[in-house]
Amino acid sequence: MHVAIIGNGISGITAARYIRKLSDHQITVISSETDYFFSRTALMYIYMGHMRFEDTKPYEDWFWKKNRIDLKRAYVEKVDVKAHALHFSGGEKMQYDKLIIACGSTPNKFGWPGQDLKRVHGMYTYQDLEAMEKYSEGLKKAVIVGGGLIGIEMAEMFHSRHIPVTFLVREKSFWDAALPYEESQMVTRHIRENGIDLQLETELKEILDNGNGEAKAAVSNKGETIECGFVGLTAGVRPNIKFLEGSDIETQRGILVNEYLETSAPDVYAIGDCAQAREPLPGRRPIEAIWYTGRMMGETVAYNICKKKIAYDPGIWFNSAKFFDIEYQVYGTVLAKAPEHHASIYWEHSDGRMSIRIVYNKNNNQILGFNLMGVRYRHEVCEKWIKEKANIEEVLQNLGLANFDPEFYKEYETEVIKLYNQQSGKNLQLKKRRNLNAVLSFLRK
Amino acid sequence: MTLLQKTGIGLFIIGIGVFTAILGLDSYKIGEKDINIENEYHRKAFLEAAQSTGLFNQDYASNVSFMAAIKSTFKQAQGSLQNQAIPDGVGEWDFKLGDWKFKEYFKPELVRDASFGTVKDNPVMWWLLSVGIALLGGLFYIIPKFNSLPGIKNNGIYHSPMERGLTWKWRALALGITIPGILIYGFFYLYDWFWPAVTAIVIGLIIGLVMFYQNSKNNNPQRSAGPGLTGWLGIITGVYMIGFYILLYWAPHYITGWMTMFDPFSRALNGGPASQWFVYGMLYTIIIIVMGVRMFAKYRHNRYQLVRTGSVMFFQTAFAFLIPEILSLLNKPSMDLKNIWPLNYTFFFDWNIDNLISGGGLGIFMLVWGIILVVIAVPLITYFYGKRWYCSWVCGCGGLAETLGDPYRQLSDKSMRAWKYERWIIHGVLAFAIVMTAMTLYTYFSGSSHVIGMNTNNVRSWYGFLIGAGFSGIVGTGFYPLMGNRVWCRFGCPLAAYLGLVQRFKSRFRITTNGGQCISCGNCSTYCEMGIDVRSYAQKGQDIVRASCVGCGICSAVCPRGVLRLENGSSDISTRTDAMRAIHITEDQIQLLS
Repeated sequence: MHVAIIGNGISGITAARYIRKLSDHQITVISSETDYFFSRTALMYIYMGHMRFEDTKPYEDWFWKKNRIDLKRAYVEKVDVKAHALHFSGGEKMQYDKLIIACGSTPNKFGWPGQDLKRVHGMYTYQDLEAMEKYSEGLKKAVIVGGGLIGIEMAEMFHSRHIPVTFLVREKSFWDAALPYEESQMVTRHIRENGIDLQLETELKEILDNGNGEAKAAVSNKGETIECGFVGLTAGVRPNIKFLEGSDIETQRGILVNEYLETSAPDVYAIGDCAQAREPLPGRRPIEAIWYTGRMMGETVAYNICKKKIAYDPGIWFNSAKFFDIEYQVYGTVLAKAPEHHASIYWEHSDGRMSIRIVYNKNNNQILGFNLMGVRYRHEVCEKWIKEKANIEEVLQNLGLANFDPEFYKEYETEVIKLYNQQSGKNLQLKKRRNLNAVLSFLRK
Repeated sequence: MTLLQKTGIGLFIIGIGVFTAILGLDSYKIGEKDINIENEYHRKAFLEAAQSTGLFNQDYASNVSFMAAIKSTFKQAQGSLQNQAIPDGVGEWDFKLGDWKFKEYFKPELVRDASFGTVKDNPVMWWLLSVGIALLGGLFYIIPKFNSLPGIKNNGIYHSPMERGLTWKWRALALGITIPGILIYGFFYLYDWFWPAVTAIVIGLIIGLVMFYQNSKNNNPQRSAGPGLTGWLGIITGVYMIGFYILLYWAPHYITGWMTMFDPFSRALNGGPASQWFVYGMLYTIIIIVMGVRMFAKYRHNRYQLVRTGSVMFFQTAFAFLIPEILSLLNKPSMDLKNIWPLNYTFFFDWNIDNLISGGGLGIFMLVWGIILVVIAVPLITYFYGKRWYCSWVCGCGGLAETLGDPYRQLSDKSMRAWKYERWIIHGVLAFAIVMTAMTLYTYFSGSSHVIGMNTNNVRSWYGFLIGAGFSGIVGTGFYPLMGNRVWCRFGCPLAAYLGLVQRFKSRFRITTNGGQCISCGNCSTYCEMGIDVRSYAQKGQDIVRASCVGCGICSAVCPRGVLRLENGSSDISTRTDAMRAIHITEDQIQLLS
């Protein structure tokens, strides 16, 4: 059997690796972006000089041959689902028995005048990185539009090269659709203390042409014209599925898939950023363009193709990011606009760059989620508590088990408990401090 | 870059320039009374030859011309003895002047004492103008770093001609020149071809094993690709450091200017004049302190790094430098109490044992202490905390690597091929150290200088030359800017090999990974100075137990997602290090393959 995979990002590559582990099928991974798999999340570090492109490749180049995973550098123009064939841009064709589409996203553009000028880019592909590199030479100012994770990464990238940045964000506070108020405020402060000109509640109106088809300035909806040599468009991403137009694969915003990640066409699966769940799991969005879900879908689709049907189940939500110097981790349900029955304990360090938030259901005291800024918590421990609907007080008393900060770091769990005691009038004590053996015996229970 | 930092770089370059120039500032003059040759034939022949070459009481403008004059005089004396008949009852080499006698008769101290001029007259001034200025420049460069926001600041490392390193082909070229160079020089050093030839065969064997037997030939380490010689500043730095080590180990006669300059410090500390080892020890300590301050600035948000850096600064200053110097001042046997065999390969040498035994209670204590360290402390402490307790907290080599070497940590080769080389080479050195020590002890106890036809003294000298000087110094440190800061610790140190075996098979230490949070970005692998591909474990959610890990904690520090943590704990260590841990969070449904 020949399995063709479109896209060599984390989803496609995880699928390929697991198919290889589970079977002897012939595997071809097709990409028009790069010859080899690299970590997309690490693109920023190449620009910042932390790593070379080579360092972002998780496997050495000989790995693919050794594992009999064929890599093909090509652009798929058309998928003929009836003939089970792919048509490449050079006119070449390839037959498949099973097809996995893992073609990822493309930056959103909302019809801004000038959005297709030169020196206007998103930050998603290796080619975007090359463009940023090229246009950074002699760059005096960059404007970034859209306050999400990629926007702040782009701001950090330019900042690392001492290029002044104006950051236009539509919301009242940075990423306040995902972060609770205090955390969003913390990041907002941190962006500003890094010297970024953050303009909140501001949107892009148009990008001005310098006469050579290049951006020369961005105009905000407040009428300000900001001269700049680069405009970063980072107002989210959408599935990169233009090439499927006219095929028999049913799409909406993304490629529609059922719980087995099957599309409407036979033997065609879609995973990762480009997949859209027909029936999203409770509490989850139909399209989740994040690294972790892509990886889990890759694993699931491999089982579906090679072994037996397994419904995609990403389990308890988790995610992470880094906002300049502040690390962010989230486990479970932590909503920006908390519903009435959600209560949270929020502790913040006096330096304003660290916080711990624990969310629970105030009706039954069951734990719901953790939101960490500048503090590291253990995934497995938090997940087990959430899965087992542990009582908030039990969690608090054992909170040290969750702490994953390096040795000698100060532990703040007692302060979190103190806060809870103040709010509830109870007198809880911390029973478990950071300790690996205790964690492992807890996880075995 | 701030103005202060620019000034700092300027001062540093001036300091290094003056430091280098000092070697050529003084003049040299020697008289008959300075010649200290006890053998009457040799003495007479040399003095006669000196008459004809006019060696004595003449000013030589540099140590190069001075040494050349001594050498030609020596050659002439050698020739005249060669042509004379050996008197009855005198051994051949008691009469003839062997080449190897040169090192014995003309020690660097003789050159140092023969010098006169401005450095001799104003040593402290010249010290301040060279080392002092360079230090000040370094601090000017470092101090403003305390002003930035705390956090990982690796910006621009791969844009820097100082820190970006070389492609693996250029590195191979550097090694391809250095290793045969050391072997060829070794032949002249030992006056024997046997051991250099054996070494060459062993090197060939290892290359063959890795490339063909282990099939690495086709697995090119593509990861270390990079543009040509853009790391030129690193190359210059590496060449300077390699040059420094060559002079220090093999041509100390030419660095007497530095000894002269360090003399007042030596006299204040141990009461005697400065040898090249005093110069090295003091410079080493100063560098660890200044670059330790740089670590404080860079990692001031990370308490593990602060404590660990403080620890290496303390052990270098107190244990490696001050305590031995003060013991010398008190006429006691002197020893670096944290330097453990087999890193401290001279520990079981006859002269050291005799010296300690004759050194009274303190000497006996040191002997017992040294043995306890090897037999009890290493396995026990490594069981509890991993080899890091030594390698990145106590050790002097590690101390330099973690401070001076920190800017180069990203240059270690992460390829599978490098790992294969590493295992053969480091365990080979461990085996060599054990065999060499066993032979030395055999000679010590039996009095016989030969074991199965091999001269144990030669084995010992070869170890000192090849491993003690060539590997740990020239390649181990000189190659920082070319191959990363742990070349010695990773490929060569026999103690690290020993600690590593304990860590791999019997230790509670591991690096745990945080569930499914890894994004495979590669910061951990890039900044692992030991060349461990940390990411390959992290992305599988697999706990890491590796013999080579020195527990520096930088992988955990640079991880942008909080995935890695250094831990001590024995629970489940075998299952959690399984290569097939699921990243899939709902692993209940899915039976993973083994």
